[in-house]
Amino acid sequence: MTDPTAAASAGKMETRAQEEITAEGHGARPGGGADDGKQRSLWGDAWVSLRRRPIFIISAVIILFLTVMALFPGLFTSVDPTKADLSLARQTPSADAWFGYDQQGRDIYARVIHGVRASLVVGVLATLGTVLLGSLVGLFAGFYGGWLDAILSRFADVFFGLPFVLGAIVILSTFNPPGTSYGPVRIIFQVIFSIVVLSWPVTMRIMRSAALTAKQQDYVKAARALGASPTRIIFRHLLPNTLAPVLVYGSIALGTYIALEATLSFLGVGLRTPVVSWGVMISDAKELIRIAPHMLLFPAGALAVTVLAFVMLGDAVRDALDPKMR
Amino acid sequence: MSTEGQSAESPNPSPLEDPAAPAVVQQGSEPLLAVSGLHVEFRTQEGVARVLNGVRYHVDAGETLAVLGESGSGKSVTANTVMGILEMPPAAITAGEIRFRGEDLLTASASRRREVRGEGIAMIFQDALSALNPVFTVGFQIEEQLRKRRGMSRKDARKRAIELLDLVRIPNAKGRVRQFPHEFSGGMRQRAMIAMSLALDPEVLIADEPTTALDVTVQAQIMDLLAEIQRERNMGMILITHDLGVVAEVADRIAVMYAGRIVEEADVHSIYRKPGHPYTRALMDSMPRLDQRGQELNTIKGLPPSLTAIPEGCPFHPRCPLAIDLCREKDPELLTIAEGRVSACHRSDELMRDE
Amino acid sequence: MGRYVARRLLQLIPVFIGTTFLIYLLVWALPGDPFAGKCGERPCPESFVAVMREKFNMDDPLFIQYGKYLLNLLQGDFGETFSGTSVGTLISNAYPVTIRLALIALLFEALIGVIAGILTGLRGRGFMDNLVLVSTLFLIAIPTFVTGYLVQTVFGLQLGWIAPTVSGNASWGELLAPGFVLASVSMAYVARLTRTSIAENKRADFVRTAVAKGQPQHRVVGVHLLRNSAIPVVTFLGTDLGALMGGAIVTEGIFNINGIGGLVFRSIARQEGTTVTGVVVLLVIVYLVMNLLVDLLYAVLDPRIRYD
Repeated sequence: MTDPTAAASAGKMETRAQEEITAEGHGARPGGGADDGKQRSLWGDAWVSLRRRPIFIISAVIILFLTVMALFPGLFTSVDPTKADLSLARQTPSADAWFGYDQQGRDIYARVIHGVRASLVVGVLATLGTVLLGSLVGLFAGFYGGWLDAILSRFADVFFGLPFVLGAIVILSTFNPPGTSYGPVRIIFQVIFSIVVLSWPVTMRIMRSAALTAKQQDYVKAARALGASPTRIIFRHLLPNTLAPVLVYGSIALGTYIALEATLSFLGVGLRTPVVSWGVMISDAKELIRIAPHMLLFPAGALAVTVLAFVMLGDAVRDALDPKMR
Repeated sequence: MSTEGQSAESPNPSPLEDPAAPAVVQQGSEPLLAVSGLHVEFRTQEGVARVLNGVRYHVDAGETLAVLGESGSGKSVTANTVMGILEMPPAAITAGEIRFRGEDLLTASASRRREVRGEGIAMIFQDALSALNPVFTVGFQIEEQLRKRRGMSRKDARKRAIELLDLVRIPNAKGRVRQFPHEFSGGMRQRAMIAMSLALDPEVLIADEPTTALDVTVQAQIMDLLAEIQRERNMGMILITHDLGVVAEVADRIAVMYAGRIVEEADVHSIYRKPGHPYTRALMDSMPRLDQRGQELNTIKGLPPSLTAIPEGCPFHPRCPLAIDLCREKDPELLTIAEGRVSACHRSDELMRDE
Repeated sequence: MGRYVARRLLQLIPVFIGTTFLIYLLVWALPGDPFAGKCGERPCPESFVAVMREKFNMDDPLFIQYGKYLLNLLQGDFGETFSGTSVGTLISNAYPVTIRLALIALLFEALIGVIAGILTGLRGRGFMDNLVLVSTLFLIAIPTFVTGYLVQTVFGLQLGWIAPTVSGNASWGELLAPGFVLASVSMAYVARLTRTSIAENKRADFVRTAVAKGQPQHRVVGVHLLRNSAIPVVTFLGTDLGALMGGAIVTEGIFNINGIGGLVFRSIARQEGTTVTGVVVLLVIVYLVMNLLVDLLYAVLDPRIRYD
């Protein structure tokens, strides 16, 4: 579940940014006179180009909307998503319940709205965890090299070699065996944990190769020659320059993690009641797909729109940070 | 590197036997390759950059024309336009003619243009490492021309490829033909590229800064090789460079470019004796000279103009020490200032008189 | 080259041991009594439990248990389930189906993904490009299980073009639709990777050289451009086979295919540790071997890579 284009371009991106800067400096590009005072930084440049992209605007608006929904679901619905009324079971969409009712007579619209929170929390925290853990390990492995790198890389390989869905199923059934029921916080954290454990090697590899490249740059060599401490070199010189590729990976990964959470919940090993989750809703709907297609349609649609928004955002950010692809 | 001893052994095909030379006699005084009034624009997000603004030059058989200018002056763009390898869009040719043996290439069909490439006009690029395909052997890339364009068999093509590598004095050509570009040294790679460009015996060879990426010692060897091949095969050669030292040794004529136009063109001796344009003079003055040791080096003040906003009047006037009011208002035309010499400067008469 | 392969194989050993140990640890650490419900209504007799604990070395420390398991594994013995069925037999029944499914998916991925990528990469901005970009976005955004149900409902139940569920023998033809579903996300990635790779190489100097040489367009594209652009795509396709087999679990569930997915699910529910470990171990081996093959293929595709 990793976007190869993100990982591939992430590696090259940093050197590209360097090239772009030098090209600008020499005024070698036909359009770029050096004296027109438009010497923008990579990030400034990226921001200007982002604002011009409709795909960025659309995805940003959707994500903003979803965030508000996750924070204040009460703004969108006053119906309790867990209130079940069996007499309403499987009723199709109507003015009362826009998305209809599910098998147990719960309001699907309210459940879709309340389901945003779990998806976003899992997506954001899993991304944060993956990026933090992977980056840290990758930075140290790339910077120190040698046996430390060898050990850390093999260690990452161990987790990378595990098939994702299968690995998550095993981890989750170990910590969360069928039949037990824990509070929502514990369930959510177990899902996040299993995603992080299985996907940190990806960010680790991106960061490691970025750190290896950065280490060869003259300014880092100069800082070393001047006696800067390793921590200072890592945090002041390497980290800022390796940020772009990891950022791009992170925003695309966020979307795929949300989809992954839904998959695990769908398989019955991820989120479960009392947490309201789209994956569980889809799983509930699968047997009734012929009689009550709306039960599948709305949560699946919400899931697709959410994942789409984050993948599009990641796309836009990558294109903006990658000047050569413009 | 190769020694003179090896060159004696290498086969030197006589230009008279050149099978590619058509039997057609040149019509009148029509030059082999002539560019005139060439205008090219780059349409980018930042606006339209006028990269070429009426470039004209020509080259005859057996002659070397050096095109001189700073980066961004349009030297390479002109060459790419002649070859027909300009990326369009963003580039667009808005006016001009490129005549090869009297035939306008800009109006010629795509297949005719392809025929001319390699066989009529061939090109050598600056960075041979990126210009050669990294995943094919050097031999394959030379043989490809012979096999696909000349219909040679694999065996004959391999034999000819080895001959060509010998010709450009690559030692152990037989073994090297099977190697990949990255296994060659910088100088050897450039030799391999020259060999490739000679595969179809072109009449015009365009060399786009062929030695810029090389060591100084290797630079001289490559330039000597190019000059020798050009002489032996009686080719027309367009040498694009910003190295004045190179120009003096090999060029017959010089065209100086600035902001996408030719500002001066003359034979090499007269231009070195007395430049007819202040920009040419500034270029000459900025060369380090042994007889001026200890003095500060003369540099050209300021930067070349942005091609999206070329100043009105003469494009060089903001940097020109001789600029007068007229220069700010009127773009000077390229006028004949002496026998076989042209210059685009309002004050070229004074420059020529001035001792 | 030989030394490189040897070194890579050596590197595989710790990764293999680490991964299998991790799985072993997780599976055997599954909470709950593995013998609950194994003997009908009543709890199992003491003597039976004692025999089983002896047989599965459950009284040894975990490291010893794992060591014994690994030793058997190296001799090709995957062990037995609690009821005495050979895990090797279970796996050899389920694996071929999953491999068939994954191969079909890989074929779809390669064919459709690469063609879409080439078309858009070559043409550049335009209708086709936007169409492929938007459809790949949708393929990535819609999870496999949703695509699976959509395909099953629309083509299986409503239009009746395909069988909604796959029969026991799972022939190649029956696996076409499930294979397409399994391939959907990766297909989008392949299309984008190919497109990016071609768009990047299209402007490469060596392509310009091929044009300047006067080589015909079909050779410039077919020989010079595609050959270089293929490198990252082939790498992705190679490493993806393992991921497809691991990911087949969802697709198998939807189309009721008797592959390893169902086996794993049943085994987890019954706490059959040996079976779960065996399935994952085989997947890890596939993944590691494919990775090694891809690395070696890399040397063939890109002569600049040197192994020393």
